[in-house]
Amino acid sequence: MRFQAASDQALLVYLGEEIGAAAHERVVQLLRLLQCEPIEWIRNIQPAYCSLLITFDAVAVDHADVQAKISELEKHAKKLPVAKPRLVEVPVCYGGEFGPDLEWVAAQRGLTAEKAVELHFAQTYHAYFLGFAPGFAYLGDLAEEIAIPRLETPRKEVPAGSVGIAGRQTAIYPLATPGGWRLIGRTPLELFKKDREPLGLIGIGDQVRFRPITRTEFLAMRRG
Amino acid sequence: MSLLVVEAAGLQTTVQDFGREGFGVLGVSASGAADAVALRLGNLLLENAGGMPALEMTLTGGTFLFPDGAVICLAGANFGAQVDDKTMELWRPHAVLPGKRVVLGATRDHARCYLCVAGGVAVAEFLGSASTHLLSGLGGWEGRALRKGDVLPIGRLEKSIRQRKLRAGVLDGLKPGKTLRVTRGPQFDWFAEEARRALTGGEFVVSEESNRIGLRLDGPRLAARLKTEMISEGTPLGAIQVTPSGQAILLFVEQQTTGGYPKIANVIAADLHCVGQLRPRDTIRFEEVSLEAARALWIEQQKLLGSEERLFA
Repeated sequence: MRFQAASDQALLVYLGEEIGAAAHERVVQLLRLLQCEPIEWIRNIQPAYCSLLITFDAVAVDHADVQAKISELEKHAKKLPVAKPRLVEVPVCYGGEFGPDLEWVAAQRGLTAEKAVELHFAQTYHAYFLGFAPGFAYLGDLAEEIAIPRLETPRKEVPAGSVGIAGRQTAIYPLATPGGWRLIGRTPLELFKKDREPLGLIGIGDQVRFRPITRTEFLAMRRG
Repeated sequence: MSLLVVEAAGLQTTVQDFGREGFGVLGVSASGAADAVALRLGNLLLENAGGMPALEMTLTGGTFLFPDGAVICLAGANFGAQVDDKTMELWRPHAVLPGKRVVLGATRDHARCYLCVAGGVAVAEFLGSASTHLLSGLGGWEGRALRKGDVLPIGRLEKSIRQRKLRAGVLDGLKPGKTLRVTRGPQFDWFAEEARRALTGGEFVVSEESNRIGLRLDGPRLAARLKTEMISEGTPLGAIQVTPSGQAILLFVEQQTTGGYPKIANVIAADLHCVGQLRPRDTIRFEEVSLEAARALWIEQQKLLGSEERLFA
């Protein structure tokens, strides 16, 4: 474990130095512990691949206090049993109007569009964390064969439900926002809904699978 | 419930309060007033709680009709507000009679003016806050900036309002400055000596492509010395991240919650309200302070803002 002041009111807690299950398991365990027994001077917790960013009430405590408390808690967190992950299935209509970059991605990687789609849905993904926008889950690890850099210039607006890929990651845009990932399909599900509990369909630590559907099925599910 | 009718919205007018901090796990950034000090003082002058929802106007204000009347206070930048062609002073409560309209124009100094209303602007809360998050279309009034024709409920006046006034000198210490104090960012060591010196020795101009998500700063290129790919991590409010081309971006209230660019520095909490008052083409500088100094400044600012005796005459 390594600590680094990030701002005058925030401390980064690094629980590993490379992306993978080992570091992430520790991130999730420490997060769960902090959620179960909330500390009054913690204002926000932002998990990521290997780290937690802890924003604190700087009137009440300083960086050294936060570091001491987290060091102590992490000893307990390590002993917590790992919760069995939830499996979330996401139906996706690949290609065509919903996945405008699919053909290009496939061609770049010397694949047929069908093969690229198969590589995407053949696998179960791990939700590392939510970031960028509300409900946007970073899912990994995408097959190396279809890994592709993000767009040079992001699109001004990506439709809600769009499934994108970037590097060894894939994600679903929960809301219509600007975005730089390559779009290969779209889900009819609402990823983030403000009057639903839970708000987000995917949470940190979940397992996610994609299921291909036809355009007709997509439209039927949208209506339903 | 009394009403506020938007007859002209201005450039970008949104409902804001202190924001919804604490939902990073969902990927939700706090949002909230860009100048939380102005919002707080405007509300306190009306004897509201400091974080009551108010209208945040950007660069150009709107025209607002109060069919039932209201007591309002304008705080922050001077947008030349008038009622019945008479100038309305900033930083003091004004009774607006039923059927009167408050007309605001272009800014004469800084970026944002707050129109606070006794009783607050009464919109539904999302995750415990009324603040608008424009990027995701959540919170505030229908998740968007106000438009002509919008009719918003405002709190009803329960009691008469005292003519509160700020003590002389209170605003001097809280004036939005163009020199922002920073502490070192988590990747400070990734940057060459030259870039580190340029950060505090050089001048930066706020680009036109700046908003509540972030401010792009044009100035010396600050390219990181280490070209190693960074693993995305949580990004604090006020972080100054640097893209591979050396472009500095100051992350603001509607920021992305995580990011993969190295962060050279971070604006201290006591100066974040100054960021909310920066206009495109403003020239700014950075000055490095220690974490201890930053904390002391924050505690002092919180003490002042929490003390009725020190704030009001």
